[in-house]
Amino acid sequence: MIRSEILTEIAPLLRDQLVVCNIGIPSQELHAIDDQPSNFYMLGTMGLASSIGLGLALAQPKPVVVIDGDGSVLTNLGTLPTIGNNAPGNYILMIIDNGSYGSTGDQPTYTGKKTCLAGMARAAGCDSVVEVQDVDTAAALAQALKQAEQGGPATVLVVKCDSGNAKMPAIPLDPVVIRDRFMKAVQA
Amino acid sequence: MNIDKKIVDDLVANDISFVTTVPCKQLAGVIDEVERRDEVFHIPSNKEDEGMGLCAGAWMGGKRPAIIMQNTAIGVTINTLATLIQYYRMPLPMLISYRGELREPVACQVEMALHTKALLAQLNIPTYHFHKQSDVDELDMILKYTFMCNKPVAILTDANFWGGYGDQ
Repeated sequence: MIRSEILTEIAPLLRDQLVVCNIGIPSQELHAIDDQPSNFYMLGTMGLASSIGLGLALAQPKPVVVIDGDGSVLTNLGTLPTIGNNAPGNYILMIIDNGSYGSTGDQPTYTGKKTCLAGMARAAGCDSVVEVQDVDTAAALAQALKQAEQGGPATVLVVKCDSGNAKMPAIPLDPVVIRDRFMKAVQA
Repeated sequence: MNIDKKIVDDLVANDISFVTTVPCKQLAGVIDEVERRDEVFHIPSNKEDEGMGLCAGAWMGGKRPAIIMQNTAIGVTINTLATLIQYYRMPLPMLISYRGELREPVACQVEMALHTKALLAQLNIPTYHFHKQSDVDELDMILKYTFMCNKPVAILTDANFWGGYGDQ
């Protein structure tokens, strides 16, 4: 499976959750598949989805699902120790690990070679790290959400899948509109 | 006057309850004070752009954030300031140790000091420079201004403001 197929499959699970989505094609895919006010789409700033989601999870009690990528996590590797030492139980970092920089033309990342993000997350102090294959994403995410609603611990979910992108239009929303409707969803 | 306590008092008085820091010798007393206060959640960052991401999330989650960092971080965070904090119009007070100014003992620090105000000006970031200890009187107003206009705002604090750096 490629990322857009996974997002299509888990869209019903994401619909009622606060979701922080990674820059580029992942956000375009999520927007096209199931746009929700409770989705925060990153339009720029590669690498910070996990950090934005962590700040959000620390500031309020609802579960937060971050949809990140292997390339973006590699860009901001310092995030893993910060998560390992601070993430509250309502935090779920789902890394769609397709071994490539999808938004820039599918150049390979090191996770498609020798680097293991799940191992790095464990070494960084993350207590609940799960690695699954694409077909098992929905079950693993449902389990992580159940755990988040019961008080944790925080989950780092690494989803191994195929490289590839669906052709989706750019997100037409103004960033301040994305942010404003998201904040209203947080408060709802 | 205990300047570290005064600064954190102003943060707390302005309802700032989420503070991220990267280490700094000049700001060490403020960082200790932030860590001590029950009203403030303190989360150390490994890099300043990561810290700005944390602050963006905390603000959307309903808490007022602040970041404490050195001016070298302006070189690290320009993209984050432009495409996250400014683009989505978020408030972010940045309490910055202004290394490389008067009474600086380390020559290399001067290199980024020379670019700091020019970069902040290029980004249209409101910038205040604390050089004398009495300048801290404006901090409360600067914080109110930041959350009034929803912009990143820089507060540069140099070695003279802190009463010298090391043996200088």
